[in-house]
Amino acid sequence: MAEDLRFAEPGRPAVVLEGLRTYRMIAGMWIRSTMAYRASFVMTALGGALVTGLDFVAILLMFSRVDSLGGYALPEVALLYGLSATSFGIADLAMGSAGRLGTRVRDGTLDTLLVRPAPVLAQVAADRFALRRLGRITQGAVVLGYALLALDVHWTAAKVLLLPVTVVCGGVIFSAVFVAGASFQFVAQDAAEVQSAFTYGGQTLLQYPPTVFGKELVRGVTFMFPLAFVNWVPAAYVLDRPYPLGLPQWAAFAPPLVAVGCWVLAGLAWRAGLRSYRSTGS
Amino acid sequence: MGSARLYAAVAAGGFRRYATYRAATAAGVFTNTVFGLILVYTYLALWDERPHLGGYDQAQAVTFVWLGQALYATLAIQGGGFEIDLMERIRTGDIAIDLYRPADLQAWWLANDMGRAVFQLLGRGVIPFAFGVLCFPTALPGDPGTWLAFLVTLVLAMIVSFAIRFLVALSGFWLMDGTGALQVLMVTGIFCSGMTLPLNAFPGALGEAVRALPWAAQLQMPADVLMGEADPLPVFVFQAAWAVALLTAGRLVQSAATRRVVVQGG
Repeated sequence: MAEDLRFAEPGRPAVVLEGLRTYRMIAGMWIRSTMAYRASFVMTALGGALVTGLDFVAILLMFSRVDSLGGYALPEVALLYGLSATSFGIADLAMGSAGRLGTRVRDGTLDTLLVRPAPVLAQVAADRFALRRLGRITQGAVVLGYALLALDVHWTAAKVLLLPVTVVCGGVIFSAVFVAGASFQFVAQDAAEVQSAFTYGGQTLLQYPPTVFGKELVRGVTFMFPLAFVNWVPAAYVLDRPYPLGLPQWAAFAPPLVAVGCWVLAGLAWRAGLRSYRSTGS
Repeated sequence: MGSARLYAAVAAGGFRRYATYRAATAAGVFTNTVFGLILVYTYLALWDERPHLGGYDQAQAVTFVWLGQALYATLAIQGGGFEIDLMERIRTGDIAIDLYRPADLQAWWLANDMGRAVFQLLGRGVIPFAFGVLCFPTALPGDPGTWLAFLVTLVLAMIVSFAIRFLVALSGFWLMDGTGALQVLMVTGIFCSGMTLPLNAFPGALGEAVRALPWAAQLQMPADVLMGEADPLPVFVFQAAWAVALLTAGRLVQSAATRRVVVQGG
């Protein structure tokens, strides 16, 4: 549907570039509009950081009563938390708005996006670009910083390099989850909340060591829904701990591959969803 | 008599409104079940490390998790009930119409929210709870008396939850934009009701403080009554006292708002 409405059919790389350009323009517009109310921006960013920070407060409260959880000490859990929260924050900033697609399908405003000569995904993702979500990234980064200071790890070049790669790939993997969730909303509409089970649920899951969870659950989030590569596996390498499910040693360096794979699948899901779209006509 | 019929109709309307969105309800059931699963494993690890934390054994900790997921939507623990509608009516000025209706504002929204709460208990609460009870060892009482007492605490919890959110909604008369107030409601709701960690597992003075706040009436107290950790009577008194105090505060704020604040024109 949407493809037909485009004025000319450009090749693949051109579409991606065009998408990025569209994204930058729309996001820039929303940032300017946000900055018109600076005080409100500061307050909502702080509030957002406070809300997400509560998860970590809960972990701190747990550690006020115990010394380890699933065999992981506080700095180690903080590393898991920091990696997962920062990655999720990046994805939420970049793609979080796609979660509102169900609303757009329901009230018919998606049609407006379809007639514009710009990639729909870029428009949906940049829609209401919320710079205040930087609060969440900052909060995650602060915990990550604490973890890196408090950890007693024998640092090697590979470990130091792996950390930023992990954060970026984690952000890409979570972004793919957001896009897959948005694609699902073409069909599900009212059932938009299912998405939170995978996005927010996934992020909550990754804040705790894999040793805490049942084997079936860990298997599920490693092979079927590969969230384990957001932090569990790379963190196990950094911390010199046994890998979940006895994965091979190189698995810690697999996040870039997993991220690409997730995006291919999410892209296919998005195309299928967009093609199946029928306007409500209102 | 006539007014009782009116509020019963409003409550039925609240129930039906939420019952309309079946896909959304099913999605909520799924999401609560997934979160329950994640939390159960973390609690099991925590209680493994420190048995009898907060006076609970593992089965009680598990029961607490599933009760929390079952009551999450019912008690609108992080918000998301009538207060959004009421705030919007205050912001747009539609509240002026509500105020000259021959019905009491607070009682109207209370009835509406009770209808919503009852639907979400049945529609969103029962299945995740049943899933939890079937898949994990839980600590549930056998005698009907305890279940009856639990139901009473639940109704009182619904009223306390309403009363808190009514106050938050009325802040809209002064603040206009409710984003900040709703955010505070979310933080306090999740943290102080025991959604992140049972309040009896909170350390020291912080624990004392959160257990005295009205949010304790929402999840912690019904759970403790159900699992036989607390006597029903003092719990009823605690919940009823907060309910009365907060509802009265709501009335006072409402009358202050309607006397002093100029309603937004359209």
